[in-house]
Amino acid sequence: MTATAEVSTGSRGNQPPVPDGAITVTLKVRRFNPEFDDEPRWDSFEIPALPSDRVLNLLHYVKWYLDGTLTFRRSCAHGICGSDAMRINGVNRLACKVLLKDLLAPKGKPTTITVEAIKGLPVHKDLLVDMEPFFEAFKAVKPYLITYGNEPTRERLQSAADRERFDDTTKCILCAACTTSCPVFWTEGSYFGPAAIVNAHRFIFDSRDEGAEERLDILNDVDGVWRCRTTFNCTDACPRGIQVTKAIQEVKRALLFKRV
Amino acid sequence: MQFHKYDVVIIGAGGAGMRAAIESGQRARTAVLTKLYPTRSHTGAAQGGMCAALANVEEDNWEWHTFDTIKGGDYLVDQDAAEIMAKEAIDAVLDLEKMGLPFNRTPEGKIDQRRFGGHTRNHGEAAVRRACYAADRTGHMILQTLYQNCVKHGIEFFNEFYVLDLCMTETADGPVCTGAVAYELATGEIHVFQAKSVVFATGGFGKVFKTTSNAHTLTGDGMGIVFRKGLPLEDMEFYQFHPTGLAGLGILLTEGARGEGAILRNGSGERFMERYAPTIKDLAPRDIVARSMALEVLEGRGAGPNKDYVLLDCTHLGAEVLETKLPDITEFARTYLAVDPVKEPVPVYPTAHYAMGGIPTNVHGEVLRDNDNIVPGLYAAGECACVSVHGANRLGTNSLLDINVFGRRAGIAAAEYALAHDHVELPENPAAQVEAQVALVLSEHGEERVADIRTELQATMDANASVYRTEDTLKTALHDVQALKERYQRITVQDKGKRFNTDLLEAVELGFLLELAEVLVVGALARKESRGGHAREDYPNRDDTNFMRHSMYYKQGDGLAADIRLDYKPVTFTRYQPMERKY
Repeated sequence: MTATAEVSTGSRGNQPPVPDGAITVTLKVRRFNPEFDDEPRWDSFEIPALPSDRVLNLLHYVKWYLDGTLTFRRSCAHGICGSDAMRINGVNRLACKVLLKDLLAPKGKPTTITVEAIKGLPVHKDLLVDMEPFFEAFKAVKPYLITYGNEPTRERLQSAADRERFDDTTKCILCAACTTSCPVFWTEGSYFGPAAIVNAHRFIFDSRDEGAEERLDILNDVDGVWRCRTTFNCTDACPRGIQVTKAIQEVKRALLFKRV
Repeated sequence: MQFHKYDVVIIGAGGAGMRAAIESGQRARTAVLTKLYPTRSHTGAAQGGMCAALANVEEDNWEWHTFDTIKGGDYLVDQDAAEIMAKEAIDAVLDLEKMGLPFNRTPEGKIDQRRFGGHTRNHGEAAVRRACYAADRTGHMILQTLYQNCVKHGIEFFNEFYVLDLCMTETADGPVCTGAVAYELATGEIHVFQAKSVVFATGGFGKVFKTTSNAHTLTGDGMGIVFRKGLPLEDMEFYQFHPTGLAGLGILLTEGARGEGAILRNGSGERFMERYAPTIKDLAPRDIVARSMALEVLEGRGAGPNKDYVLLDCTHLGAEVLETKLPDITEFARTYLAVDPVKEPVPVYPTAHYAMGGIPTNVHGEVLRDNDNIVPGLYAAGECACVSVHGANRLGTNSLLDINVFGRRAGIAAAEYALAHDHVELPENPAAQVEAQVALVLSEHGEERVADIRTELQATMDANASVYRTEDTLKTALHDVQALKERYQRITVQDKGKRFNTDLLEAVELGFLLELAEVLVVGALARKESRGGHAREDYPNRDDTNFMRHSMYYKQGDGLAADIRLDYKPVTFTRYQPMERKY
């Protein structure tokens, strides 16, 4: 069970100056450090923030000025490295792509933002989860160009239309927002999950690739595409706007009709 | 403590590290250590393209590319290295395509190419289409493609292993590199990796600045480790400010936008680059464009309520070009500034972007111990290295080229060295220094907060050591950095645990930032001229008589407060004599 006791963590030293136009919001974070804690708890922090701030800014505020033990991953801070996928107000988002202004309560009412780790992967500490199962599923679909025969001396030719065919799925940043939004994945951790299928799609529909059959065989497996229940959570969760469910459907169709 | 033994250890899993790993891993037993996960590396943030004279869409050749690189670097480029890079660029792009990289295509199905700053036809006649690209996600595609190929080749990664020290063993022939020491983030355990060769590919240190396109994790760890070992750093005063960062945020908007025809305008709507670079205008090299933008603002011609930025006008490109060729930057402007580039110009200002300097290497990636000698077994490639192919100012796209050409070269050289040599014994107690460092950070010895020192460091560097510099501003920066280093001795971290202690990680990173900021400022003070990315208001001209030479910095003694010794290294010339730099 999750402990629900609210713990208000005190500050450490003087806080940085509050910028003009800042509003105070409450950031409620699900904490868990197996090194010291028996079970998870919720901590709340009062934070002065600008509407243009990202949720990542709020997390940094906590870590840098209120509680240095708060732990999360982040790197690029603008939505391309895929480090900071988390559940923000109950949906999977990148903390660096959600702005406070889009989370404010209506009519100046007090705003509370809840943040917790993505679901379905073991929590290592606070918002930081074990990514190994996720990357293992990725690796299992042979996510690389497979070709046979001699390589050409120059580039392989590919028409703009053939290039466009798989453009959507090249955008994946492996953040795991889709996979960990999937109810099937929550209950059946052995399911490859949307991200692995997206990355298989990226090669199955690449006109230069000759490994489609191998990958389709893998995805025809009991933990493959047929587990998908078309809930569209993944599509909604993708911070890159990839039509994840559509990609999964295209892989299913390729299996049904034995044709890419 | 845990012990591992490999032929080759690669530190860093961005473009350079993974390109090296693909070569090394197929030849020798290789481990890649990264403080992140490979796909989080900042290579993925690169947008616009990778230049190579493929001549797929118009006449081009690698000699023009060589010349542009040397002129772009304000003649501080080592010309032999630039020639190698421009020549090997062609195969570097073709190799990536064969590995699966989804480049944009021409109507004939070949790799498409676009214009980019400073890349010209026939030695400056006009902008040339040389940059191979995948929309505005070229870096993302390179990072993913290299990672995919590492998976294919079964490369062994140690993810979230933070390397904190390099092992050097004294031999009769001088110091030899024998391994590296890492702190495992998941457990707090120390790991010693014995290796025959070690490749540093740890990226840049943009986080010394406040406004930067760099990731939070770009803290110059590799450069800092090497410097602390008494090995030199080169040309650290040359730091690139990318002209088009989102105003106030620093998030990168690719130069490829201007390559596709976007125009910079000042507050009154004037296309001001016509005044500064009449021939190639908005596609002048980054140092020139960044200075021009800063001047427009300083002279009161900025845009916005505080006249503190200029505008990147993409509105005439049309929604289709923006959505298909520049989709990510279009989204960045919409998400972070609530500005739609289809309908209105985007507020932009220079953002700290790239270190031209770094760990000095030769063209095989071998790290130099001084002007004449290498450290056997030690290699560096990518932004952390200084070959020097970028001189005083890097041309756009040449960083993606650098990581592929010199990452590959370093990987091959490191593996071949490992195959030809035996392991050399590690120094005594190889983990001792890292154990002491970690214990010191975790101990209670003061009240200073890491975030405060970092914030003040970034503020003084932005104010005093960015696009324009003077003796006075640099002295202020030096004074501030030294005071912050003193305060750093009294930091405390709250997290004392062993499990994913990112509080500790940030404290260690700050130590590297402080040290590298000081080297940058000391170098900028000593270089009393303006060249490429280093612009001194008090010495506005290039001074070839006194400063046509690389700077070399050595740390004197131990501890954070140790002195820096400055030395020089000659520039390598082959066929291009320095000329005035006009565009």
